[in-house]
Amino acid sequence: MSPTYRYDFDVIAGWIAPGERVLDLGCGDGSLLRHLMEVRDVRGWGVENDPANIVACIDNGINVIQVDLEKGLADFQDGFFDHVIMSLSLQTIHNTLGILDEMLRVGHEAVVSFPNFGYRKHRESIAAGRMPVSESLPHQWFDTPNVRFFTIADFDVLCAQSGITVLDRLAFEDGRRVDDDPNLNASMAVYRLVRARQTA
Amino acid sequence: MTMVQPQSVGIVTPRRAVFDEPLRLKSGGVLPSYELVYETYGELNADRSNAVLVCHALSGSHHVAGTYADDPGNVGWWDNLVGPGKPLDTRRFFVIGVNNLGGCFGSTGPASINPATGRRWGADFPFITVEDWVATQARLADHLGIERFAAVVGGSLGGMQAISWAMQFPERVANVAAIASAPKLTAQNIAFNEVARQAILTDPDFHGGHFYEHGTVPARGLRLARMIGHITYLSDDSLDRKFGRSLRHGRAIYSYDVEFEIESYLRYQGDKFSKVFDANTYLLTTKALDYFDPAFEHGGDLTAALARTTADFLVVSFSTDWRFAPERSREIVYALLHNGRNVSYAEIESSAGHDAFLLADAHYHAVLRSYFERMRP
Repeated sequence: MSPTYRYDFDVIAGWIAPGERVLDLGCGDGSLLRHLMEVRDVRGWGVENDPANIVACIDNGINVIQVDLEKGLADFQDGFFDHVIMSLSLQTIHNTLGILDEMLRVGHEAVVSFPNFGYRKHRESIAAGRMPVSESLPHQWFDTPNVRFFTIADFDVLCAQSGITVLDRLAFEDGRRVDDDPNLNASMAVYRLVRARQTA
Repeated sequence: MTMVQPQSVGIVTPRRAVFDEPLRLKSGGVLPSYELVYETYGELNADRSNAVLVCHALSGSHHVAGTYADDPGNVGWWDNLVGPGKPLDTRRFFVIGVNNLGGCFGSTGPASINPATGRRWGADFPFITVEDWVATQARLADHLGIERFAAVVGGSLGGMQAISWAMQFPERVANVAAIASAPKLTAQNIAFNEVARQAILTDPDFHGGHFYEHGTVPARGLRLARMIGHITYLSDDSLDRKFGRSLRHGRAIYSYDVEFEIESYLRYQGDKFSKVFDANTYLLTTKALDYFDPAFEHGGDLTAALARTTADFLVVSFSTDWRFAPERSREIVYALLHNGRNVSYAEIESSAGHDAFLLADAHYHAVLRSYFERMRP
Protein backbone atom coordinates (compact mmCIF):
# COMPACT_ATOMS: atom_id res chain seq x y z
CA MET A 1 0.00 0.00 0.00
CA SER A 2 1.39 3.34 -1.02
CA PRO A 3 2.04 5.86 1.73
CA THR A 4 0.42 8.39 -0.63
CA TYR A 5 -2.89 7.20 0.72
CA ARG A 6 -2.39 8.34 4.27
CA TYR A 7 -5.41 10.63 3.84
CA ASP A 8 -7.47 7.49 3.38
CA PHE A 9 -6.16 6.38 6.79
CA ASP A 10 -7.18 9.63 8.46
CA VAL A 11 -10.72 9.47 7.10
CA ILE A 12 -11.07 5.91 8.34
CA ALA A 13 -9.66 6.78 11.76
CA GLY A 14 -12.29 9.53 12.00
CA TRP A 15 -15.06 6.92 11.72
CA ILE A 16 -13.67 4.61 14.36
CA ALA A 17 -14.20 4.93 18.09
CA PRO A 18 -11.42 4.25 20.58
CA GLY A 19 -11.01 0.61 21.61
CA GLU A 20 -13.05 -0.86 18.76
CA ARG A 21 -12.45 -4.28 17.26
CA VAL A 22 -11.31 -3.77 13.69
CA LEU A 23 -10.71 -6.22 10.86
CA ASP A 24 -8.69 -4.96 7.90
CA LEU A 25 -9.11 -7.05 4.76
CA GLY A 26 -6.11 -6.92 2.45
CA CYS A 27 -4.13 -5.20 5.17
CA GLY A 28 -0.84 -5.11 3.26
CA ASP A 29 2.04 -4.55 5.67
CA GLY A 30 -0.38 -3.57 8.45
CA SER A 31 0.24 0.22 8.19
CA LEU A 32 -3.42 1.15 8.54
CA LEU A 33 -3.96 -1.08 11.56
CA ARG A 34 -0.75 0.24 13.07
CA HIS A 35 -2.13 3.76 12.57
CA LEU A 36 -5.51 2.86 14.07
CA MET A 37 -3.84 1.21 17.06
CA GLU A 38 -1.82 4.36 17.62
CA VAL A 39 -4.57 6.96 17.17
CA ARG A 40 -7.66 4.96 18.24
CA ASP A 41 -6.22 2.20 20.45
CA VAL A 42 -8.17 -0.38 18.45
CA ARG A 43 -7.93 -4.15 18.81
CA GLY A 44 -6.93 -4.98 15.28
CA TRP A 45 -6.54 -8.02 13.05
CA GLY A 46 -5.46 -7.97 9.44
CA VAL A 47 -6.24 -10.41 6.67
CA GLU A 48 -3.71 -11.06 3.94
CA ASN A 49 -2.87 -13.79 1.47
CA ASP A 50 0.51 -12.53 0.28
CA PRO A 51 3.41 -14.30 2.03
CA ALA A 52 5.64 -11.21 2.03
CA ASN A 53 2.88 -9.13 3.62
CA ILE A 54 2.34 -11.79 6.30
CA VAL A 55 5.96 -11.40 7.33
CA ALA A 56 5.73 -7.59 7.07
CA CYS A 57 2.71 -7.53 9.39
CA ILE A 58 4.44 -9.71 11.95
CA ASP A 59 7.45 -7.38 11.73
CA ASN A 60 5.07 -4.47 12.38
CA GLY A 61 3.58 -6.21 15.40
CA ILE A 62 0.20 -6.56 13.69
CA ASN A 63 -2.05 -9.59 14.04
CA VAL A 64 -2.38 -11.05 10.57
CA ILE A 65 -4.43 -14.01 9.45
CA GLN A 66 -3.77 -15.67 6.14
CA VAL A 67 -7.04 -15.96 4.25
CA ASP A 68 -7.93 -16.08 0.58
CA LEU A 69 -10.60 -13.37 0.45
CA GLU A 70 -12.12 -14.92 -2.66
CA LYS A 71 -13.20 -17.75 -0.37
CA GLY A 72 -15.00 -15.34 1.95
CA LEU A 73 -14.91 -14.95 5.70
CA ALA A 74 -16.82 -18.11 6.65
CA ASP A 75 -14.76 -18.76 9.79
CA PHE A 76 -15.47 -15.35 11.30
CA GLN A 77 -18.43 -15.01 13.68
CA ASP A 78 -21.37 -12.74 12.87
CA GLY A 79 -20.99 -9.24 14.25
CA PHE A 80 -17.65 -9.84 15.99
CA PHE A 81 -16.07 -6.65 14.70
CA ASP A 82 -17.15 -3.04 15.09
CA HIS A 83 -15.60 -2.14 11.77
CA VAL A 84 -14.45 -4.22 8.84
CA ILE A 85 -12.21 -2.27 6.51
CA MET A 86 -11.15 -2.87 2.97
CA SER A 87 -8.79 -0.13 1.92
CA LEU A 88 -8.13 0.06 -1.83
CA SER A 89 -8.59 -3.68 -2.29
CA LEU A 90 -12.24 -4.13 -3.31
CA GLN A 91 -11.27 -3.73 -6.97
CA THR A 92 -8.91 -6.72 -6.65
CA ILE A 93 -11.70 -9.14 -5.60
CA HIS A 94 -13.80 -11.05 -8.12
CA ASN A 95 -16.75 -11.68 -5.81
CA THR A 96 -17.56 -8.04 -5.06
CA LEU A 97 -21.04 -8.52 -3.65
CA GLY A 98 -20.00 -11.65 -1.76
CA ILE A 99 -17.25 -9.87 0.11
CA LEU A 100 -19.44 -6.84 0.88
CA ASP A 101 -22.08 -9.18 2.31
CA GLU A 102 -19.44 -10.92 4.39
CA MET A 103 -18.00 -7.63 5.67
CA LEU A 104 -21.45 -6.55 6.84
CA ARG A 105 -22.06 -9.96 8.39
CA VAL A 106 -18.90 -10.08 10.53
CA GLY A 107 -18.86 -6.35 11.27
CA HIS A 108 -21.43 -3.80 12.34
CA GLU A 109 -20.11 -1.35 9.79
CA ALA A 110 -17.90 -1.65 6.76
CA VAL A 111 -15.40 0.86 5.44
CA VAL A 112 -14.46 0.53 1.81
CA SER A 113 -12.19 2.66 -0.32
CA PHE A 114 -11.48 2.21 -4.01
CA PRO A 115 -10.03 4.05 -6.98
CA ASN A 116 -12.69 5.80 -9.06
CA PHE A 117 -12.51 4.57 -12.62
CA GLY A 118 -14.81 7.45 -13.61
CA TYR A 119 -12.26 10.10 -12.59
CA ARG A 120 -11.78 12.76 -15.28
CA LYS A 121 -8.19 11.80 -16.03
CA HIS A 122 -9.21 8.17 -16.40
CA ARG A 123 -11.99 9.15 -18.80
CA GLU A 124 -9.57 11.29 -20.79
CA SER A 125 -7.19 8.39 -21.05
CA ILE A 126 -9.92 6.06 -22.30
CA ALA A 127 -11.14 8.75 -24.70
CA ALA A 128 -7.60 8.92 -26.04
CA GLY A 129 -7.72 5.19 -26.56
CA ARG A 130 -5.52 4.01 -23.69
CA MET A 131 -6.24 2.35 -20.38
CA PRO A 132 -5.65 4.82 -17.54
CA VAL A 133 -2.49 4.80 -15.47
CA SER A 134 -2.57 7.28 -12.61
CA GLU A 135 -1.72 7.80 -8.98
CA SER A 136 -4.83 5.87 -7.96
CA LEU A 137 -4.51 3.27 -10.76
CA PRO A 138 -0.74 2.92 -10.84
CA HIS A 139 -0.49 -0.32 -12.81
CA GLN A 140 -0.44 -1.07 -16.50
CA TRP A 141 -3.39 -3.06 -17.82
CA PHE A 142 -1.24 -6.18 -18.15
CA ASP A 143 0.15 -6.25 -14.63
CA THR A 144 -2.65 -4.75 -12.55
CA PRO A 145 -3.90 -6.68 -9.53
CA ASN A 146 -7.28 -5.06 -10.15
CA VAL A 147 -9.99 -7.28 -11.60
CA ARG A 148 -13.03 -5.00 -11.22
CA PHE A 149 -13.15 -1.53 -12.76
CA PHE A 150 -15.99 0.64 -11.47
CA THR A 151 -16.94 4.21 -10.72
CA ILE A 152 -18.37 5.96 -7.69
CA ALA A 153 -21.73 6.04 -9.51
CA ASP A 154 -21.52 2.31 -10.19
CA PHE A 155 -20.82 1.59 -6.54
CA ASP A 156 -23.72 3.77 -5.39
CA VAL A 157 -26.05 1.77 -7.62
CA LEU A 158 -24.70 -1.54 -6.32
CA CYS A 159 -25.27 -0.46 -2.72
CA ALA A 160 -28.80 0.73 -3.44
CA GLN A 161 -29.64 -2.52 -5.21
CA SER A 162 -28.08 -4.70 -2.52
CA GLY A 163 -29.65 -3.39 0.65
CA ILE A 164 -26.51 -1.55 1.73
CA THR A 165 -26.91 1.90 3.25
CA VAL A 166 -24.19 4.47 2.65
CA LEU A 167 -23.69 6.28 5.97
CA ASP A 168 -20.86 8.46 4.74
CA ARG A 169 -18.94 8.97 1.56
CA LEU A 170 -15.84 11.08 1.15
CA ALA A 171 -14.15 11.56 -2.19
CA PHE A 172 -10.64 12.74 -2.93
CA GLU A 173 -8.47 13.87 -5.78
CA ASP A 174 -4.94 12.98 -4.88
CA GLY A 175 -5.41 13.80 -1.22
CA ARG A 176 -7.72 16.80 -1.53
CA ARG A 177 -11.41 16.54 -0.61
CA VAL A 178 -13.77 16.68 -3.60
CA ASP A 179 -17.38 17.72 -3.05
CA ASP A 180 -18.31 18.84 -6.56
CA ASP A 181 -19.32 15.92 -8.81
CA PRO A 182 -17.07 13.35 -7.20
CA ASN A 183 -17.72 10.75 -9.91
CA LEU A 184 -15.94 13.07 -12.33
CA ASN A 185 -13.53 14.91 -10.08
CA ALA A 186 -12.41 12.35 -7.51
CA SER A 187 -9.69 9.76 -8.05
CA MET A 188 -10.66 7.81 -4.96
CA ALA A 189 -13.61 7.41 -2.59
CA VAL A 190 -14.05 6.12 0.94
CA TYR A 191 -17.42 4.76 2.05
CA ARG A 192 -18.91 3.96 5.42
CA LEU A 193 -21.51 1.26 4.93
CA VAL A 194 -24.10 -0.50 7.00
CA ARG A 195 -26.66 -3.17 6.23
CA ALA A 196 -29.98 -1.47 5.44
CA ARG A 197 -32.52 -2.06 8.20
CA GLN A 198 -35.08 -4.68 7.31
CA THR A 199 -38.57 -3.21 7.12
CA ALA A 200 -41.41 -5.30 8.45
CA MET B 1 32.76 -34.22 7.40
CA THR B 2 32.17 -31.69 10.15
CA MET B 3 28.69 -31.80 11.63
CA VAL B 4 28.83 -28.48 13.50
CA GLN B 5 27.36 -25.80 11.27
CA PRO B 6 28.57 -22.19 11.49
CA GLN B 7 25.38 -21.16 13.31
CA SER B 8 25.19 -24.23 15.50
CA VAL B 9 24.92 -24.07 19.25
CA GLY B 10 27.83 -26.54 19.05
CA ILE B 11 28.42 -29.36 21.47
CA VAL B 12 25.74 -29.77 24.10
CA THR B 13 25.33 -31.91 27.19
CA PRO B 14 21.98 -33.20 28.42
CA ARG B 15 21.12 -32.60 32.05
CA ARG B 16 18.81 -34.40 34.42
CA ALA B 17 16.34 -33.08 36.96
CA VAL B 18 14.83 -35.27 39.68
CA PHE B 19 11.31 -34.60 40.98
CA ASP B 20 10.32 -36.29 44.22
CA GLU B 21 6.94 -34.65 44.65
CA PRO B 22 4.26 -37.14 43.50
CA LEU B 23 2.61 -36.31 40.21
CA ARG B 24 -1.14 -36.89 39.94
CA LEU B 25 -1.95 -37.72 36.33
CA LYS B 26 -5.08 -36.89 34.39
CA SER B 27 -5.67 -40.64 33.91
CA GLY B 28 -5.95 -40.99 37.69
CA GLY B 29 -2.57 -42.61 38.20
CA VAL B 30 0.15 -41.19 40.42
CA LEU B 31 3.86 -41.20 39.78
CA PRO B 32 5.67 -40.99 43.13
CA SER B 33 8.77 -39.51 41.53
CA TYR B 34 10.28 -39.06 38.11
CA GLU B 35 13.23 -37.66 36.24
CA LEU B 36 13.36 -35.43 33.19
CA VAL B 37 16.29 -35.13 30.83
CA TYR B 38 16.68 -31.74 29.20
CA GLU B 39 19.08 -29.54 27.25
CA THR B 40 19.45 -25.77 27.22
CA TYR B 41 20.96 -23.42 24.65
CA GLY B 42 21.90 -19.79 25.17
CA GLU B 43 21.92 -17.94 28.47
CA LEU B 44 19.08 -17.14 30.83
CA ASN B 45 19.07 -13.34 31.23
CA ALA B 46 19.23 -11.54 34.57
CA ASP B 47 15.47 -11.12 34.97
CA ARG B 48 14.83 -14.65 33.68
CA SER B 49 12.49 -13.40 30.99
CA ASN B 50 14.05 -14.85 27.84
CA ALA B 51 13.30 -18.55 28.24
CA VAL B 52 11.70 -20.44 25.35
CA LEU B 53 10.44 -23.98 25.80
CA VAL B 54 10.51 -26.21 22.72
CA CYS B 55 8.07 -29.14 23.00
CA HIS B 56 8.72 -32.23 20.97
CA ALA B 57 6.42 -34.38 18.86
CA LEU B 58 5.97 -38.14 18.67
CA SER B 59 9.50 -39.19 17.86
CA GLY B 60 11.41 -36.15 19.13
CA SER B 61 13.46 -35.65 22.24
CA HIS B 62 15.20 -33.09 24.43
CA HIS B 63 17.96 -32.93 21.80
CA VAL B 64 16.64 -29.92 19.90
CA ALA B 65 19.90 -28.40 18.67
CA GLY B 66 23.64 -28.94 18.49
CA THR B 67 25.58 -32.16 18.64
CA TYR B 68 27.25 -34.40 21.22
CA ALA B 69 31.01 -34.59 21.75
CA ASP B 70 30.90 -38.38 21.61
CA ASP B 71 28.36 -38.53 18.80
CA PRO B 72 28.97 -35.66 16.36
CA GLY B 73 26.53 -37.07 13.80
CA ASN B 74 23.64 -36.76 16.25
CA VAL B 75 22.34 -33.30 15.34
CA GLY B 76 19.31 -31.95 17.25
CA TRP B 77 15.94 -32.40 15.56
CA TRP B 78 15.25 -28.68 15.17
CA ASP B 79 18.83 -27.53 14.66
CA ASN B 80 17.83 -25.54 11.56
CA LEU B 81 15.64 -23.32 13.77
CA VAL B 82 17.59 -22.99 16.99
CA GLY B 83 21.06 -21.47 17.21
CA PRO B 84 23.04 -18.24 17.15
CA GLY B 85 21.63 -16.12 14.32
CA LYS B 86 18.92 -18.64 13.52
CA PRO B 87 15.20 -17.78 13.64
CA LEU B 88 15.04 -18.81 17.30
CA ASP B 89 18.25 -17.00 18.12
CA THR B 90 20.16 -18.39 21.08
CA ARG B 91 22.06 -15.10 21.38
CA ARG B 92 18.78 -13.59 22.62
CA PHE B 93 16.85 -16.52 23.99
CA PHE B 94 17.47 -19.25 26.53
CA VAL B 95 16.01 -22.29 24.80
CA ILE B 96 15.01 -25.47 26.60
CA GLY B 97 14.32 -28.90 25.15
CA VAL B 98 12.95 -31.62 27.42
CA ASN B 99 12.31 -35.31 26.86
CA ASN B 100 8.70 -35.82 27.83
CA LEU B 101 7.66 -38.04 30.70
CA GLY B 102 7.04 -41.55 29.37
CA GLY B 103 9.71 -41.00 26.76
CA CYS B 104 12.58 -43.25 25.84
CA PHE B 105 15.51 -40.86 25.58
CA GLY B 106 16.39 -40.57 29.25
CA SER B 107 13.33 -39.24 31.07
CA THR B 108 11.32 -41.59 33.26
CA GLY B 109 9.32 -43.91 31.03
CA PRO B 110 8.09 -47.46 30.56
CA ALA B 111 11.65 -48.81 30.40
CA SER B 112 12.48 -47.22 33.79
CA ILE B 113 12.32 -49.16 37.04
CA ASN B 114 9.00 -49.00 38.87
CA PRO B 115 10.07 -48.27 42.46
CA ALA B 116 7.05 -50.21 43.77
CA THR B 117 8.11 -53.47 42.16
CA GLY B 118 11.80 -53.08 41.42
CA ARG B 119 11.02 -54.13 37.86
CA ARG B 120 10.65 -52.13 34.67
CA TRP B 121 7.29 -50.42 34.33
CA GLY B 122 6.55 -51.79 30.88
CA ALA B 123 2.81 -51.82 30.20
CA ASP B 124 2.12 -50.75 33.81
CA PHE B 125 3.44 -47.26 33.18
CA PRO B 126 0.45 -44.95 33.66
CA PHE B 127 -1.24 -43.26 30.74
CA ILE B 128 0.18 -39.80 30.14
CA THR B 129 -1.68 -36.88 28.60
CA VAL B 130 -0.59 -33.64 26.99
CA GLU B 131 -1.78 -31.88 30.15
CA ASP B 132 0.49 -34.10 32.26
CA TRP B 133 3.48 -33.24 30.10
CA VAL B 134 2.76 -29.56 30.53
CA ALA B 135 2.50 -30.03 34.30
CA THR B 136 5.93 -31.70 34.37
CA GLN B 137 7.41 -29.04 32.11
CA ALA B 138 6.11 -26.41 34.54
CA ARG B 139 7.93 -28.18 37.36
CA LEU B 140 11.09 -28.17 35.27
CA ALA B 141 10.58 -24.43 34.78
CA ASP B 142 10.31 -24.05 38.57
CA HIS B 143 13.51 -26.08 38.92
CA LEU B 144 15.28 -23.73 36.49
CA GLY B 145 13.88 -20.62 38.19
CA ILE B 146 11.72 -19.61 35.23
CA GLU B 147 8.51 -17.90 36.32
CA ARG B 148 7.23 -17.11 32.84
CA PHE B 149 8.28 -18.27 29.39
CA ALA B 150 8.84 -15.71 26.67
CA ALA B 151 7.44 -18.40 24.41
CA VAL B 152 6.43 -22.02 24.29
CA VAL B 153 6.91 -23.49 20.83
CA GLY B 154 6.06 -26.81 19.28
CA GLY B 155 5.16 -28.61 16.08
CA SER B 156 2.52 -31.32 15.73
CA LEU B 157 2.08 -32.96 19.15
CA GLY B 158 4.53 -30.32 20.40
CA GLY B 159 2.08 -27.66 19.25
CA MET B 160 -0.64 -29.32 21.32
CA GLN B 161 1.58 -28.95 24.38
CA ALA B 162 2.20 -25.30 23.54
CA ILE B 163 -1.56 -24.68 23.26
CA SER B 164 -2.15 -26.55 26.50
CA TRP B 165 0.46 -24.38 28.22
CA ALA B 166 -1.58 -21.31 27.40
CA MET B 167 -4.67 -22.91 28.97
CA GLN B 168 -3.05 -24.55 32.01
CA PHE B 169 -0.64 -21.77 32.94
CA PRO B 170 -1.85 -18.59 31.24
CA GLU B 171 0.22 -16.42 33.58
CA ARG B 172 3.41 -18.35 32.78
CA VAL B 173 3.60 -18.00 29.00
CA ALA B 174 3.75 -14.77 26.99
CA ASN B 175 3.74 -16.26 23.49
CA VAL B 176 2.74 -19.55 21.94
CA ALA B 177 3.82 -20.80 18.53
CA ALA B 178 1.70 -23.79 17.50
CA ILE B 179 3.01 -25.20 14.25
CA ALA B 180 1.40 -27.93 12.10
CA SER B 181 -0.80 -28.68 15.07
CA ALA B 182 -4.45 -29.34 15.86
CA PRO B 183 -6.93 -28.75 18.69
CA LYS B 184 -7.83 -32.44 18.44
CA LEU B 185 -7.27 -35.36 16.14
CA THR B 186 -9.84 -36.37 13.56
CA ALA B 187 -11.24 -39.90 13.36
CA GLN B 188 -8.97 -40.59 10.40
CA ASN B 189 -5.97 -39.44 12.40
CA ILE B 190 -6.89 -41.62 15.40
CA ALA B 191 -7.39 -44.47 12.94
CA PHE B 192 -3.79 -44.18 11.73
CA ASN B 193 -2.60 -44.23 15.34
CA GLU B 194 -4.72 -47.29 16.06
CA VAL B 195 -3.28 -49.23 13.12
CA ALA B 196 0.20 -48.34 14.36
CA ARG B 197 -0.67 -49.47 17.88
CA GLN B 198 -2.17 -52.72 16.67
CA ALA B 199 1.05 -53.43 14.79
CA ILE B 200 2.90 -53.20 18.11
CA LEU B 201 0.30 -54.82 20.35
CA THR B 202 0.01 -57.90 18.11
CA ASP B 203 3.75 -58.41 17.71
CA PRO B 204 4.54 -61.71 19.52
CA ASP B 205 7.68 -60.06 20.89
CA PHE B 206 5.59 -57.40 22.67
CA HIS B 207 4.60 -59.72 25.52
CA GLY B 208 1.82 -57.47 26.74
CA GLY B 209 4.30 -54.62 27.11
CA HIS B 210 6.71 -56.56 29.34
CA PHE B 211 9.11 -57.44 26.57
CA TYR B 212 12.10 -56.11 28.51
CA GLU B 213 11.90 -59.11 30.86
CA HIS B 214 11.71 -61.46 27.92
CA GLY B 215 14.81 -60.03 26.34
CA THR B 216 12.86 -59.20 23.19
CA VAL B 217 11.94 -56.04 21.29
CA PRO B 218 8.70 -55.82 19.26
CA ALA B 219 10.74 -54.52 16.35
CA ARG B 220 8.37 -55.78 13.67
CA GLY B 221 5.46 -53.92 15.23
CA LEU B 222 7.42 -50.72 15.75
CA ARG B 223 8.74 -50.92 12.23
CA LEU B 224 5.25 -51.23 10.77
CA ALA B 225 3.99 -48.45 13.03
CA ARG B 226 6.71 -46.15 11.79
CA MET B 227 6.15 -47.10 8.15
CA ILE B 228 2.47 -46.21 8.42
CA GLY B 229 3.30 -43.00 10.23
CA HIS B 230 5.88 -42.01 7.64
CA ILE B 231 3.40 -42.31 4.79
CA THR B 232 1.07 -39.93 6.58
CA TYR B 233 3.79 -37.39 7.37
CA LEU B 234 4.58 -36.94 3.69
CA SER B 235 2.36 -35.79 0.87
CA ASP B 236 1.32 -37.70 -2.22
CA ASP B 237 3.30 -35.16 -4.25
CA SER B 238 6.47 -35.37 -2.19
CA LEU B 239 6.51 -39.17 -2.30
CA ASP B 240 5.95 -39.06 -6.02
CA ARG B 241 8.71 -36.54 -6.57
CA LYS B 242 11.14 -38.34 -4.30
CA PHE B 243 10.50 -41.91 -5.44
CA GLY B 244 7.91 -42.02 -8.18
CA ARG B 245 7.75 -45.57 -9.47
CA SER B 246 11.53 -45.99 -9.47
CA LEU B 247 12.50 -49.64 -9.50
CA ARG B 248 15.67 -50.81 -7.86
CA HIS B 249 16.34 -53.29 -10.66
CA GLY B 250 15.03 -51.09 -13.44
CA ARG B 251 12.29 -53.60 -14.15
CA ALA B 252 9.88 -55.87 -12.29
CA ILE B 253 11.57 -59.00 -10.89
CA TYR B 254 8.38 -60.44 -9.39
CA SER B 255 9.55 -60.59 -5.80
CA TYR B 256 8.46 -59.43 -2.34
CA ASP B 257 11.95 -58.12 -1.71
CA VAL B 258 12.49 -54.42 -2.30
CA GLU B 259 11.60 -53.50 -5.86
CA PHE B 260 10.13 -50.01 -5.72
CA GLU B 261 12.37 -47.39 -4.11
CA ILE B 262 9.51 -46.27 -1.86
CA GLU B 263 9.57 -49.76 -0.34
CA SER B 264 13.26 -49.44 0.36
CA TYR B 265 12.76 -46.03 1.95
CA LEU B 266 9.94 -47.16 4.22
CA ARG B 267 11.80 -50.29 5.31
CA TYR B 268 14.91 -48.24 6.07
CA GLN B 269 12.94 -45.69 8.10
CA GLY B 270 11.08 -48.45 9.94
CA ASP B 271 14.25 -50.37 10.76
CA LYS B 272 16.08 -47.27 11.95
CA PHE B 273 13.21 -46.25 14.19
CA SER B 274 12.67 -49.71 15.69
CA LYS B 275 16.30 -49.73 16.86
CA VAL B 276 16.08 -46.48 18.83
CA PHE B 277 12.48 -46.12 19.96
CA ASP B 278 10.58 -47.83 22.74
CA ALA B 279 7.35 -49.59 21.80
CA ASN B 280 5.59 -48.66 25.04
CA THR B 281 6.53 -45.01 24.57
CA TYR B 282 5.08 -45.17 21.07
CA LEU B 283 1.82 -46.57 22.42
CA LEU B 284 1.59 -44.02 25.24
CA THR B 285 2.42 -41.10 22.99
CA THR B 286 -0.09 -41.97 20.29
CA LYS B 287 -2.75 -42.28 22.99
CA ALA B 288 -1.78 -38.86 24.34
CA LEU B 289 -2.31 -37.51 20.84
CA ASP B 290 -5.71 -39.19 20.57
CA TYR B 291 -6.92 -37.99 23.98
CA PHE B 292 -6.00 -34.34 23.46
CA ASP B 293 -9.24 -32.42 23.05
CA PRO B 294 -9.45 -29.36 25.31
CA ALA B 295 -12.85 -28.44 23.87
CA PHE B 296 -14.38 -31.72 25.08
CA GLU B 297 -14.99 -30.37 28.60
CA HIS B 298 -16.65 -27.33 27.06
CA GLY B 299 -19.21 -29.22 25.00
CA GLY B 300 -16.95 -29.15 21.99
CA ASP B 301 -16.62 -25.36 22.07
CA LEU B 302 -12.95 -24.61 21.43
CA THR B 303 -13.54 -20.88 21.83
CA ALA B 304 -14.78 -21.50 25.37
CA ALA B 305 -11.82 -23.80 26.04
CA LEU B 306 -9.34 -21.14 24.97
CA ALA B 307 -11.05 -18.35 26.94
CA ARG B 308 -8.53 -18.83 29.75
CA THR B 309 -5.56 -18.07 27.55
CA THR B 310 -3.83 -14.72 27.64
CA ALA B 311 -0.76 -15.42 25.49
CA ASP B 312 -0.16 -14.01 22.03
CA PHE B 313 -0.26 -16.77 19.42
CA LEU B 314 1.40 -17.61 16.17
CA VAL B 315 -0.25 -20.48 14.32
CA VAL B 316 1.40 -21.99 11.26
CA SER B 317 0.22 -24.72 8.93
CA PHE B 318 1.44 -26.26 5.68
CA SER B 319 -0.63 -26.55 2.53
CA THR B 320 -0.04 -30.26 1.86
CA ASP B 321 -0.13 -31.43 5.49
CA TRP B 322 -3.03 -33.85 5.55
CA ARG B 323 -2.19 -35.35 8.96
CA PHE B 324 -2.48 -31.96 10.73
CA ALA B 325 -4.30 -30.11 8.00
CA PRO B 326 -4.56 -26.31 7.70
CA GLU B 327 -8.26 -26.61 8.60
CA ARG B 328 -7.27 -27.81 12.08
CA SER B 329 -4.92 -24.87 12.55
CA ARG B 330 -7.66 -22.49 11.42
CA GLU B 331 -9.91 -23.86 14.17
CA ILE B 332 -7.29 -22.77 16.68
CA VAL B 333 -6.87 -19.38 15.01
CA TYR B 334 -10.56 -18.49 14.99
CA ALA B 335 -11.16 -19.79 18.51
CA LEU B 336 -8.39 -17.46 19.70
CA LEU B 337 -9.56 -14.56 17.57
CA HIS B 338 -13.10 -14.87 18.90
CA ASN B 339 -11.65 -14.57 22.38
CA GLY B 340 -10.04 -11.33 21.25
CA ARG B 341 -6.53 -12.76 21.52
CA ASN B 342 -3.58 -11.54 19.57
CA VAL B 343 -3.11 -14.21 16.94
CA SER B 344 -1.34 -14.41 13.61
CA TYR B 345 -1.70 -17.25 11.15
CA ALA B 346 0.49 -18.25 8.23
CA GLU B 347 -0.39 -21.04 5.84
CA ILE B 348 2.87 -22.02 4.21
CA GLU B 349 2.88 -23.32 0.63
CA SER B 350 4.87 -26.53 0.78
CA SER B 351 4.88 -29.88 -0.95
CA ALA B 352 6.46 -31.66 2.03
CA GLY B 353 3.34 -32.65 3.98
CA HIS B 354 3.40 -32.73 7.78
CA ASP B 355 7.18 -33.06 7.86
CA ALA B 356 7.43 -29.54 6.43
CA PHE B 357 7.46 -28.15 9.96
CA LEU B 358 10.94 -29.64 10.44
CA LEU B 359 12.33 -28.25 7.17
CA ALA B 360 13.95 -24.87 6.60
CA ASP B 361 11.59 -23.40 4.01
CA ALA B 362 12.64 -19.76 3.55
CA HIS B 363 9.20 -18.20 4.02
CA TYR B 364 8.34 -20.43 6.96
CA HIS B 365 11.55 -19.51 8.72
CA ALA B 366 11.07 -15.83 7.84
CA VAL B 367 7.69 -15.94 9.62
CA LEU B 368 9.22 -17.55 12.70
CA ARG B 369 12.21 -15.21 12.66
CA SER B 370 9.95 -12.16 12.54
CA TYR B 371 7.76 -13.52 15.31
CA PHE B 372 10.70 -14.12 17.63
CA GLU B 373 12.45 -10.87 16.70
CA ARG B 374 9.35 -8.92 17.66
CA MET B 375 9.49 -10.32 21.19
CA ARG B 376 11.19 -8.11 23.72
CA PRO B 377 12.05 -10.49 26.53
